Amino acid sequence: MANFFAKLKQGLSKTRSNIVDSIESVFTSHDKIDDDFYEELEEILVMGDVGIHATEEILDELKLAVKKRECRRPDECREYLIDVIKEKMRVTESDYEFLDKPSVVMVIGVNGVGKTTTIGKLAHIYRNKGKSVLIAAADTFRAAASEQLEIWAERAGVDMIGANDGADPSSVIYDAVNAARSRHVDVLLCDTAGRLHNKKNLMNELEKMNRIIDKNYPGVKRENLIVLDATTGQNALNQAREFGEVAPLSGIVLTKMDGTAKGGIAIAIQSELGIPVKFIGVGEGIDDLQEFDSDTFVNALFDVKMEEEDAFA
Amino acid sequence: MAFDSLTDKLQNVFKKLKSKGRLTEEDVHIAVKDVKMALLEADVNFRVVKQFVKQVEERAVGQDVMNGLNPGQMVIKIVNEELTALMGSDTTEIKFEPGKAITVIMMCGLQGAGKTTTTAKLAGTLKKKGKKSLLVACDVYRPAAVKQLMVCGEKVGVEVFERGLDVKPSEIATEAYEYALKNNFNVVILDTAGRLHVDEDMMNELAEIKDKLNVHQTLLVVDAMTGQDAVNVSGEFNEKVGLDGVILTKLDGDSRGGAALSIKAVTGLPILYVGMGEKLEDLEQFYPERMASRILGMGDVLSLIEKAQNAIDIDEEKEREMASRMKKGKFDYNDYLESMKQMRKMGGLSSMLSMLPGLGLNVKSSDLEGAVDEKQLARTEAIVLSMTKAERENPKLMNPSRKHRIARGAGVDIADVNRFIKQFEQTQKMMKQMKGMMGKKGRFRMPF
Repeated sequence: MANFFAKLKQGLSKTRSNIVDSIESVFTSHDKIDDDFYEELEEILVMGDVGIHATEEILDELKLAVKKRECRRPDECREYLIDVIKEKMRVTESDYEFLDKPSVVMVIGVNGVGKTTTIGKLAHIYRNKGKSVLIAAADTFRAAASEQLEIWAERAGVDMIGANDGADPSSVIYDAVNAARSRHVDVLLCDTAGRLHNKKNLMNELEKMNRIIDKNYPGVKRENLIVLDATTGQNALNQAREFGEVAPLSGIVLTKMDGTAKGGIAIAIQSELGIPVKFIGVGEGIDDLQEFDSDTFVNALFDVKMEEEDAFA
Repeated sequence: MAFDSLTDKLQNVFKKLKSKGRLTEEDVHIAVKDVKMALLEADVNFRVVKQFVKQVEERAVGQDVMNGLNPGQMVIKIVNEELTALMGSDTTEIKFEPGKAITVIMMCGLQGAGKTTTTAKLAGTLKKKGKKSLLVACDVYRPAAVKQLMVCGEKVGVEVFERGLDVKPSEIATEAYEYALKNNFNVVILDTAGRLHVDEDMMNELAEIKDKLNVHQTLLVVDAMTGQDAVNVSGEFNEKVGLDGVILTKLDGDSRGGAALSIKAVTGLPILYVGMGEKLEDLEQFYPERMASRILGMGDVLSLIEKAQNAIDIDEEKEREMASRMKKGKFDYNDYLESMKQMRKMGGLSSMLSMLPGLGLNVKSSDLEGAVDEKQLARTEAIVLSMTKAERENPKLMNPSRKHRIARGAGVDIADVNRFIKQFEQTQKMMKQMKGMMGKKGRFRMPF
C-alpha cells in the first residue's frame, strides 16, 4: 500500500505548490466547531465529488458524534470524521476471494473509463499470483478495442479469445466460458464494450452476457466489477444503479486516481448501494492497479487545494 | 431511490410560500437552497455554485412576482436567466483560416474523454461543410490508438496520417502539415494522447507541438459526466497549453452536465460541439440555453414560465376584466370560452397540469394524466361556439329547443349539452360563493 500512496503523492506533487498539506490544515485552521468549520468540511467533501446528499449524511453523523462525546475542538473531531467515512467504505477480506478461487470476472462500465486497461492490469495481478488467465475480448464494437486488449494480453503474458469487429459479443462470451472450462483456467476475465447506462438495448445485451456466464459455468465464483472514472461526478451513482440492475455488481474499480480528482462519488455509491471499492487505478503502467485502502483514500480526499477563493470571475 | 427531480422538490417548497407581489428575502432563501442542491447534483463546481447563488439572491430579493407565477417559479425564472447569461447565448463555431489556408486543430483532454472518436466525428462534420480534413495520429502511447483512428477515419471517409509509434508527436504533426500543404487539405486535425493535467511531461508535449506548428484552434474534449474536477482540468489545460474551445462528449447519457457551466465560468471558453452518441455522425452544435435548462433539470417548469409569460403579456387586460366580473358574481359562456382559450395558449390543460408544480395539487403530475380529457374539452368548446351571442351573454335564456339546436350544431348528443350546462351552472354558483372570498389581486382560475 505504501507503493500506492507514493504513486498518489507523486501525482499530486506535480501541483505541489497549490496544495497545503492534507487533512491537518482543515482541522487546525479553525479554533472551534462552528458553522464555518462545518461549512468548510462540506465544501471539501462536495468538491471531492462525494455529492451533496452523502455529504450531508456524513456531516450529520459527525455532528452526532461530536455532541455525544462532547468534543469541542476541531482537531478532536478529526478522528470521528475519518471513522464515519471509513465505516462507509469498509472492504472485507472476503471481498477479494475471487482472486484465489476459480472465477469469472466481468468488467463493465460506460465508455472511456478504462475497462480494457483494467483488464490488462487485473491479468497481471493474477499472473503474479501464479494463476492461469484467459481473456474474453467481448468489446466487438469500438474500433480497435480487441487490438488494444491483445497488446495488454501480451504484456501480461496471457491468452485471449476474440472475434472480428461487429461480431455478437454474447457469442464471444459463450466461446470463452467453454474454453475456460475445458482448459481449466483459474480465471476468465471478460472485457465488454463501454455503454451508457441509459441505452436500453446495450444494457439488455449486457444482461444476456451475464446470463450466459451463469448458465454455462454454474458454481464458478462470479465477480462483476464496474469501472468508474474518478473524475466522474454524481452521474456515477446512476451508472452503478443501472448496471447493477442488469448485472449484479460485486465491486468497483476506481480509475484515474492519479489526477486531481478525488473519486468521492465512491462514498456515495457505497453508502447508498453497498458496493465496495476493490481496486484503484493510479497510472497507465501494468502494475498501476492497487487494492483499495480506505485510510489512503480518505487522506487523499482531504488533500485539499486551498487557493483561489474566487474561481468564478 | 433516484434523487427527486427539482420540480418535485420545489412543488413542496412552493406550497409553503404564500407571499404575493414581491419576493421577500425569505422566499428567495428557501427557493435558492433547492436550486443550490440541484446545481450541485448536476456537478456544477461548488465554488461556482456559491458565487452563482449569491448573485441570484441579490437580484431576486425585492423583485415583483410576475402574474401567473408563484414566488418559487419567479425565483426559477431569475435563476434560468442568470444561468443562460452565464452559458452565453450564442452558438459558437470553430474559427477557420481565410481562403485556402490550412486550419490546424489540436484535440486534447484526459484519457477516455472521447478524443479519437470526436476527432473522426469532427472531420465528418467538416466534410459535410465542404472541407477536406487530414486526421493525424499523435497518440503514440495508448495501445491500438492509431488503429482506432484509422478505422474511424475510414468510416467517415477521411484520410489519416500516421508515422507509427516511434516518432515524437510534434514531428508527426509538422510532417502531417507538410503533407497537407502538398495535397490540398483545408484542415489538419491532430488527435493527441489522453493525459492528466498534472502530468508535466505530457503537458509539455502539447506545448511543444504548438511551438513547432502554428495550431489555430486547440480544443479540449471533456466528458459531460465529469464532476467537480472539471474546473481543475480545464483550468490547467488552458493555462499550460492554451485553449480556444471545448467539445462536450457523452451528452447522450443522463448526466446533467454541470461541468459545462463550471468550465465556462472558470475559463470563459465557448463550447463548440456536443457528442450525442457512438455513431460517427453524432456530433451536434451546442445550444447554451438548452444546456442551462438541462443543468437545472427542470425544463418543464421553465417552459411553463415562458408560456405563462406569453399568455399573460397579451391577455392581462382581458384577465383583469374577467376577474372584476367574477367578483361581481357575473360569469357567462363568453368568460368560459375566454378561459379555455387562455388554457390553450399554455399548452392545453393536461400539459399545463403536468408542468405546474405550484397549483397546490397534492397529486403527482403523472397521476393526472388521463384525468383530463382534451377531447372532452374540444367538445365543450364546440358546444359553447354553437350558442348564439345572446345565449352566451345570458345563460338564463337556455331552453330545450335551444339545447337541441346547440347539440346539432356542435355534433354532440343532447345529453352532452345538458351535462355541460349543468356543470356550468354549478360553476356559476361556485363563483358567486367565491365572490366574497377573493382578495383584491385575486386571479381567475377555472375551478376544475
